Amino acid sequence: MSATVQTLEAIERPPVSMGSRLEGELLEVSMGPQHPSTHGVFRMNVALEGEVVRKLKPVFGYLHRNHEKLGENMSYLGSMPYTDRLDYFCSMTNNWAYALSVEKLAGIKVPERAEYLRVILAELTRLQNHASLLGFLLNDMGAWGTPLMYAFREREKILDLFESLSGSRMMCDYMRFGGCRCDTPPGWMERAKQIVDRFPHFIDDLEQLVVGNEVVIGRTQNVGILSPDLAINAGIAGPMLRASGVNYDIRKVDGYGFYPRFKFRIPLGEHGDTYDRLMMRVLEMRESLSILKQAFEQIQPGPIMNPKVKIRAFRPPVGEAYGRIEGPKGELGFYLISDGGQNPYRYRVRPPSFVNLTVLEDLCLGHTVADVMVILGSVDIVMGEVDR
Amino acid sequence: MESLEQIKARAERAVSGAQIAIVPNPGPAQQSSLLIDNEHAFAVARFLRDDPTLRLDFCSNVTGVDWLDRVVKKTVKMKRLVDGEEKEVDETTEEKIPGYLEAVYHLYSMTHKHGPVIIRIRTRDRGDGARLPSLTTIWRSAEFQEREIFDLYGVRFDGHPDLRRILMWDEFVDYPMRKDYREPDDYEWEPTPHDEVLEKAKRHYTQRPELDGAEKITAGGDALNR
Amino acid sequence: MIGSGVLKGMAVTARNFVGSYFDKERLITVQYPEERNPLPENYRNFPFLLYDGDDPHAGLRCVACKICEKECPPQCIYIVKSDDKKPDYMGKPQFYPKVFDIDISVCMSCQICVEVCPFEAIKMDKDFELSRRERFEALLLRKEELSKSNDYYHKICPTDAPEVDAKLAEAAAKKKPAPAAAAPTPTSVPAA
Repeated sequence: MSATVQTLEAIERPPVSMGSRLEGELLEVSMGPQHPSTHGVFRMNVALEGEVVRKLKPVFGYLHRNHEKLGENMSYLGSMPYTDRLDYFCSMTNNWAYALSVEKLAGIKVPERAEYLRVILAELTRLQNHASLLGFLLNDMGAWGTPLMYAFREREKILDLFESLSGSRMMCDYMRFGGCRCDTPPGWMERAKQIVDRFPHFIDDLEQLVVGNEVVIGRTQNVGILSPDLAINAGIAGPMLRASGVNYDIRKVDGYGFYPRFKFRIPLGEHGDTYDRLMMRVLEMRESLSILKQAFEQIQPGPIMNPKVKIRAFRPPVGEAYGRIEGPKGELGFYLISDGGQNPYRYRVRPPSFVNLTVLEDLCLGHTVADVMVILGSVDIVMGEVDR
Repeated sequence: MESLEQIKARAERAVSGAQIAIVPNPGPAQQSSLLIDNEHAFAVARFLRDDPTLRLDFCSNVTGVDWLDRVVKKTVKMKRLVDGEEKEVDETTEEKIPGYLEAVYHLYSMTHKHGPVIIRIRTRDRGDGARLPSLTTIWRSAEFQEREIFDLYGVRFDGHPDLRRILMWDEFVDYPMRKDYREPDDYEWEPTPHDEVLEKAKRHYTQRPELDGAEKITAGGDALNR
Repeated sequence: MIGSGVLKGMAVTARNFVGSYFDKERLITVQYPEERNPLPENYRNFPFLLYDGDDPHAGLRCVACKICEKECPPQCIYIVKSDDKKPDYMGKPQFYPKVFDIDISVCMSCQICVEVCPFEAIKMDKDFELSRRERFEALLLRKEELSKSNDYYHKICPTDAPEVDAKLAEAAAKKKPAPAAAAPTPTSVPAA
């Protein structure tokens, strides 16, 4: 299962003949970085034989800002707003992953209400991420705008919730080590319940739009098949892994937060193709809704911050910790080494979409250029996180 | 899951000659790790992946860490004869630990759903000896992450199929995540310069001479600038 | 039947299209700037400095302790401490900032300055229409532009502001168990 990778330069090119094109000649195309379907400034160097992809090399770094170095030169708290900017669709889960790692590093307990709030916010984030991903994916397939606008309409309602809770739609910066920053404003929980109650209508609509649609089926079934063995070996995580039929969800395995208290199922794919990856998101949204409903019933008033945690001059003890959560895109981990100072000695982000791109070439080989866009869309990347 | 000591013992038995040490983690996370020597890292990694009771088939996170040269001071109470009398004297010994670069792998098992087992491999030094065996052929997920370590830390991974810079551009020369990295001297004007930036600003920025006042005119005029 | 899936999808779009004329759920666009959504109370964008009373200089709560300058992640705050002192709201002589600049082109609205401030002197504003014609100086807010009265804070945060006032009054009462135990609310502090 080793990588059969070669640099593009190493591809043997036949001598250029005047006039006629040789049969089997490879054409190098640089897709991106300015391309509407690459979900940001992502570039792929593709070698084509006619329409068929023979080689594909992803090129990263157009959005690189050395996030990890910034984190090492900043206090632990100072990195929290920067984590919002990693995967700017899911700032709440980024916050949680970072807070979880620091809590592991310093051995901090989180009050009950804060844990419930975190679960609620993470599942709302999953809803809006999956909804907009489906919109983008259908956009890539040529359903210009319509499903995307429906998805954004629903996403906007969730973002309004985030705004009234944390003050910002996307850059929430809401969680803190040992809890959350502020309690919910009056009426927030009722509004959230209302949105969650109405959300199934949107999923029904979307399912009607997608599931039986012949164009979607033609474009996605048997496209970009990922075998479970390769998926595990290549470190794929999240919905993409489960679409290949591997039953691994960190919410169940690690049982972080209060997830063991909720009843939910883990949807699994059968074929590992793009269609499965697409449907995985629809099914996960339904499970998220069920978690949310249980959380709304169980949450009780109480404190939301551990009073022992200092805001200023926070220094965790010497040591290291790796904390990870099941983000909407896959396993999001933070690896921190503390030397006892105010800044982390090492601050590492394990970005899910970056690692998920490892198999992009394997998925695309043998498919046409148009399929590359659909496969890339189903991987679900956000460049803020890939390039960091 | 087995304890780290058990894993260490079994790995040493399975791979003859392998030297494995346990690196303790003093923090509350208690995630201690196994330090493996470079020659046998590949074989040990393969053992960890293929052993039926461990099956660490999922390599989640691969990362580099830079450790600079450091001096460890140890104070030991020694009994010494001072003026014919036995006295306790504090003896300070300085041990110089040369710097090295480190690659850390966080392994989980999807089959048995346990983990993490953390393994580390260390380079000989931070200069020409910054070489490590690549584990990409064992865990494909290390492919991009090892490339990233090469890019940002300058560790050469022997056996990596495609070791190129990944985040920085190919012409870039230094390794930005190293602790002794100094960024190039390029200053961009900033209205609120602070400590280091202020020093830089003083070096780079000289006040423009007053000419005829025309240089103060901005687009739209002051009224629009509020 | 081939094509039935597409037709089903068409039905969804038709329902949404017609619904967008009648159903509030399906049409949520607001015709900014004529129409505006009310901002939630927690909304934040850029920090401002609070002062009590009517005089922005005398009532300024900031004592130039520089904690926010140090904690600010993108380092957008610049403070120069004064040489002389002025009485704060409890009458105790304190330093004040001679220069207090915030570069809002660098600020990322993270609210950490508000959280770390021990004097309740810096709060988040809600004014988001801040476009300027110039990139540097016009986006650098000086102390004069940043100073806003407590009344303004009460206007933008009707539930948070009284809580802050009560907290300050309590702290003042604790420090000064003088006969005037009914500590004056910060709004009515005489400008010294």
